[in-house]
Amino acid sequence: MNIYVLLKKTFDTEEAISVSGNQIDESGAEFIINPYDEYAVEEAIQQRDKHGGTVTVVTIGDEDSEKQLRTALAMGADEAVLINTSDDLDEGDQFTTAKILETFFEGKEVDLILAGNVAIDEASGQVGPRLAERLNMPFITTIVKLDIEDGTAEIEKDLEGDLEKIDVSLPVLVTCQQGLNEPRYTSLPGIMKAKKKPLEQLELDDLDLDEDDVEAKTATISIFLPPKKQAGRILVGETGEQVKELVSLLSSEAKVI
Amino acid sequence: MSEKILVIGELQQGVLRKVSYETIAAAKQLNANAEILALVLGDGDLQHPAEEMIHYGADRVITVSHANLSNYTSEGYGQVIMEVMHDENPSGIIMGHTSVGKDVTPKIASRLELGLISDAVAIEKEDDQVIFTRPIYSGKAFEKKVMKDEGLLFATIRPNNISALEPDASRTGDIIAREVDVKDLRTIVKEVIRKKTEGVDLSEAKIVIAGGRGVKSAEGFNALYELADLLGGAVGASRGACDADYCDYSLQIGQTGKVVTPDLYIAVGISGAIQHMAGMSNSKVIVAINSDEEANIFKMADYGIVGDLFEVLPLFIEELKLQGALVS
Repeated sequence: MNIYVLLKKTFDTEEAISVSGNQIDESGAEFIINPYDEYAVEEAIQQRDKHGGTVTVVTIGDEDSEKQLRTALAMGADEAVLINTSDDLDEGDQFTTAKILETFFEGKEVDLILAGNVAIDEASGQVGPRLAERLNMPFITTIVKLDIEDGTAEIEKDLEGDLEKIDVSLPVLVTCQQGLNEPRYTSLPGIMKAKKKPLEQLELDDLDLDEDDVEAKTATISIFLPPKKQAGRILVGETGEQVKELVSLLSSEAKVI
Repeated sequence: MSEKILVIGELQQGVLRKVSYETIAAAKQLNANAEILALVLGDGDLQHPAEEMIHYGADRVITVSHANLSNYTSEGYGQVIMEVMHDENPSGIIMGHTSVGKDVTPKIASRLELGLISDAVAIEKEDDQVIFTRPIYSGKAFEKKVMKDEGLLFATIRPNNISALEPDASRTGDIIAREVDVKDLRTIVKEVIRKKTEGVDLSEAKIVIAGGRGVKSAEGFNALYELADLLGGAVGASRGACDADYCDYSLQIGQTGKVVTPDLYIAVGISGAIQHMAGMSNSKVIVAINSDEEANIFKMADYGIVGDLFEVLPLFIEELKLQGALVS
């Protein structure tokens, strides 16, 4: 099977966010593989181990994105592709990303594409479905189980807490939800091996694209932090008294019950 | 012909989700003078939900009933929405940022090469330009976004953030049942297993009671469910509680998991890791109950009780019963 994983690097979830000059301040921040994309990498590896084939991890980013790709290779992916847009694009949106990926996939034999169901930074969840539509491929989002048998994928999809059982024939694009698997940690031998695995670097030119082809449809005009919350009130006294006071505060002061 | 804005009424087991009404209010914020056209899809008699959309402010409703729409598929819904878009040529489309909305809107946007702004929590207008505010980094920051071209305004809205209009049962409007041949579906939904407990949907709940590791067991969550029932709220959980198997991952609130913005968030036995805070910090009122007075959650809380949750919760429930506090 030809398995592809769409991967994005994101801020470490531990990072606090600060804004400077209408942009998220990235200086000194730690970056990780988007946590939902880790499920995609893990699932791709497991499916390959079951059915054979290769796992190729694809990201759109800058030269620093190599780090996350190497991590995916160390987990067990076979090949990686970095589409480096840092010289060509100032701003893109989900249309931009999907268009670049569509072009990348043109003419490729694909059985399965996996992605995270959402990136924890921009959190639109658009790119997977957008790409599948461009490739004329069915897609299933937020999957928690994937069994492939004779060219058919039997999928369990999380539907805001309910579970949907779906059959779909390959090729298919799926986006991964927490609960699908337990992503493995990288091992030292894995990390050593990953250094020698192929990592292809492409730019828009290599895909015969220019800026205009991928121009964003939407624009961000400002970024700001939510108002800082003031420290609240810690209630005092006997527990019973505290509870009484809380109920009274919630109904008369906060007016939420 | 006047402008029109298309909103999608989303049914869940035959009942309109609350966010459907909110899409109507959002549509009016895009253009107060536009005709609000609602589309309701399903399998069966859709007259009642159609009337409800009118009571909540829709001017006209198109219903499409088809056996292939009994369960949502992106292909089935996509076909119908795109056919209606083609005939009606709306200047804007608003849908809820739900499982269904998240799934079908990028498909349509991609097919028609449109921009799409997902998960908007506020809409404003400045010199005729519509500006959408949406959370990024799980609500650690926000961005304001606009469409670059004059074309279609296409957005999904987060439940519970844009208030629905007051319903008016005397409002009337045309309801048109439309035939659409929904076909060639490549995805087949075999079965839907309802795991969710009866009651209020977590992402739409006005009140959320969330438990963490401090709740200690799945049984420990029973008191949270009782409290949620009493307050008309929903139960959520921290990652720690989900990892420990006290409850299902679908209840997880945080940077991975759901982001919720209820009027009242009661954190029970939750320490307040930054990843969890990202999922609930924009709640209007936050209450923390924790035995550790140093717990991070107290920095975020409007009201805090330092104490043993197993002592506090029964007293809380008793007091509410005593007060006869009833929340819709």
